Amino acid sequence: MAALPARKLEAAEALLAAHPAPQGEGAWAREARAAAAARLREMGAPIGRDEYWKWTDPSALTAPEAPAVPLHAAGPAIFADRGALTVVFVDGVLRRDLSDDLSLEGAEICTLEEALAADIHWAREVFGVLEARGQDPVARPLAAFNTAVAGQGLAIRATGKVSRPVLIKGVRESETSDALMHHVVKLEEGAELTVLEAGGPGARVNSVLEVEIADRAAFHQIRAHGPEAERRGAWHLFARLGTESVCKTFSVAAGGRLTRIEQVAELTGDDAAVHLAGACLGEGKDFIHDDTVFVTHDAVNCESRQVFKKVLRDQAKGIFQGKILVKPDAQKTDGYQISQGLLLDEHADFLAKPELEIYADDVACSHGSTCGAVDEDALYYLRARGIPKREAENMLVMSFLGEAVEEIESEDLAEEMRERIAQWVMDGA
Amino acid sequence: MLEIKNLQVKLEEEDKQILKGVDLTVEAGKVHAIMGPNGSGKSTLSYVLSGRDGYEVTGGSATLDGEDLLEMEAEERAAAGLFLAFQYPVEIPGVGNMTFLRTALNSQRKARGEPEMSAAEFLKHIREKAAQLQITQDMLKRPVNVGFSGGEKKRNEILQMAVLEPKMCILDETDSGLDVDAMKLVADGVNALRDAGRGFLVITHYQRLLDHIKPDVVHIMSDGRIIKTGGPELALEVEKNGYADLKEGA
Repeated sequence: MAALPARKLEAAEALLAAHPAPQGEGAWAREARAAAAARLREMGAPIGRDEYWKWTDPSALTAPEAPAVPLHAAGPAIFADRGALTVVFVDGVLRRDLSDDLSLEGAEICTLEEALAADIHWAREVFGVLEARGQDPVARPLAAFNTAVAGQGLAIRATGKVSRPVLIKGVRESETSDALMHHVVKLEEGAELTVLEAGGPGARVNSVLEVEIADRAAFHQIRAHGPEAERRGAWHLFARLGTESVCKTFSVAAGGRLTRIEQVAELTGDDAAVHLAGACLGEGKDFIHDDTVFVTHDAVNCESRQVFKKVLRDQAKGIFQGKILVKPDAQKTDGYQISQGLLLDEHADFLAKPELEIYADDVACSHGSTCGAVDEDALYYLRARGIPKREAENMLVMSFLGEAVEEIESEDLAEEMRERIAQWVMDGA
Repeated sequence: MLEIKNLQVKLEEEDKQILKGVDLTVEAGKVHAIMGPNGSGKSTLSYVLSGRDGYEVTGGSATLDGEDLLEMEAEERAAAGLFLAFQYPVEIPGVGNMTFLRTALNSQRKARGEPEMSAAEFLKHIREKAAQLQITQDMLKRPVNVGFSGGEKKRNEILQMAVLEPKMCILDETDSGLDVDAMKLVADGVNALRDAGRGFLVITHYQRLLDHIKPDVVHIMSDGRIIKTGGPELALEVEKNGYADLKEGA
C-alpha cells in the first residue's frame, strides 16, 4: 500500500493529541478506543484529495480546535410536543439536571460513560464494532476518531415496542465547544424505537450513532436542524440489520455552514428494509451540505431506498455520494436511489455521484439524479391562480422536498417536519 | 368587461408574430366562443391575457373592467378577477389540492383587501362546489392534479373556477380529452357559474362543447386575427364546412 501523505497522518495525530480519550473506562472499552485510534492512524485524517472528500473540504472538521462561533438565540423547540423522553446535551455534554429521567418502558437507557465503565455485553458488541465494519471499503476517519475519544452519548437497548421516542436535544452555550458524541443502540428481536435529534449541541459536532437492529425490529431516526448559519459538523450512522428488520432515517438541515452526513447500512438478514432520506435548504457560498451513503445488500430479498433532496441558492453547494453494493448472494434485492438538487438561481451547485456495484444477477436497482430550476409551468400555474411569485416558489420548494419527507413513517412526525420546513422556507432559510 | 383592442403579440425568443391585431370585447354576463384551426393563436391569446412569460406585446391593449391587464403580474390579474382554465393543467406533487386552493383564494382576497377565509369556512365553501362537480374527498386531498385522469384534471379546473369565483373566465380547450359524460359534467359546472355578472371566453376546436355551453357570440380566429364574428349558428357552419371557406372569405 502506498504511504499516506504526511499531512493526513499529522492531522490524525493532532486530532488525537487535542482530544485525550476519557478516563475510568473498562478494559474492553479502552481496547476498543485504542483500536479506533489505530484505525485512524492507519487511514489518516481526511483531506480534499480523498475520493469521498473531493467536493467537501474537511479542514474545518479536522482542525484540532473548533472554530469560534458566536452564540445566537435558539429557534422554536423542535419535537417538543412528541411526548419524547428528552435528553439534553449542552455543548456536547449530557446534562442530567436538564434531562428527563432515563427510565422508559421497553428500553434500558444509560449514558455512554456508564456503559463503557461497566461490562455490558450488548454494548461491547456494538461500540466501535459497527463503525469498524463500516470502514471497509471506504475509510471514514472522522468516525474512527470519534470512537477513539468521544466520551458523551447514550446507550439504549430496546427490548420491546418503546412507546415514546427518545429526543436527543442539543444546546450550545459556548462559542468554541467541540461536541463529540457517540451513541450506541441495540434493538432486540421485535423491538421498536424512534430516536429524534434536534438542536446544535456545539460550535462543531462529530457524532456517531451505531445501531444494531435484530430480527423483526424497527428503528426510526429523525434529525432536524433549524437555521443556524455557522453550524459545522459530521454525523455518522452505522446500522446493521437482521432478518425482516427495518431502519428508516430522515434528516433535514436549514442553513449551517458545513454538514457532512455519512450513513452506512448493512443488510445482513433476509427481507430487511433500509430507507435513508434527507433534505436541506441552503443559501450562500459558505453553505455545504453533503450526504454520503453506503448501503450493502448481503442477504436475500432486502429493500433499500435513498431519497435526498437539496434546495440551493446563491452559491450554496449540495453534495450526494450514494452507493448501493449488492453482494453475490443478495438475490431479489430491490434498491432505489434518487438525489435531486433544486437550484433557485444560476449560482448554486449540486454535485452527485450515484454508484451501483452489483454482483448478484436477480436484482432490481434503479437510481436517478437530477438538478434543475423551479418548473416554470408550475410556477405560472400557481401565479395564474393568484398566488404571488415568492409564495408560489415556496410551494414548489415544498413540493420538491415532499418525496423525502414522505419517507417518514409516522404521520405526526412527517407533519411536524412539513410545518417546520415550510416555516424555514418562508423565512428564507 | 374584457376589452381587447388590436392586440399584437410575438414570441419573446423568436421573431415570430402570433397575434396580428385581435379585437374582441366580452360583455358582462355573456359567453363568447373562439373557434379556429390549429396554430391560429387561440391558446396564445389565453396565455397572454393571463400573464404567462415568453410573449412580447408589440401593440394594442387588453383591459378588464378598464384595468390594464398587460401591466399586471399573473397573480394580480387573477386577483383582479381573471381566470384561465388550462388546456394542460399542471401536476404539482406534494401540494394538496385543498391547500393549493385555499392558498390561492386567500392570496386573491388578501390582494383585494378582503378578509382571509378560515379553514372551517373554506371547507364548507369547497365541499359544496366539489359535490356539484362530482369531485370526491379523495381528489381534494390528493396532490394537485397528480394521478388525475384527463377528465378529473378538467373537472378540477372548473372546481377552481367555482371556488375562486372570478369575473372573467377563459376556458382553453377545456373539452379536449373529455368523453361525452365528462364534457357534460364540465359544461354543467360552467353553466352553474353563468349569471348576469360573469363573462366567459370559451376556446374550442369543436362545436360539440357549444351544444352544452350555449354561446352568445362566436368568433372565428385564423392566423392571429378574428376573421369572423356571428351568433351560435357560426359554430354549426364551421362544424359542417370546416374553416377553409371562412378563411377564403376573410
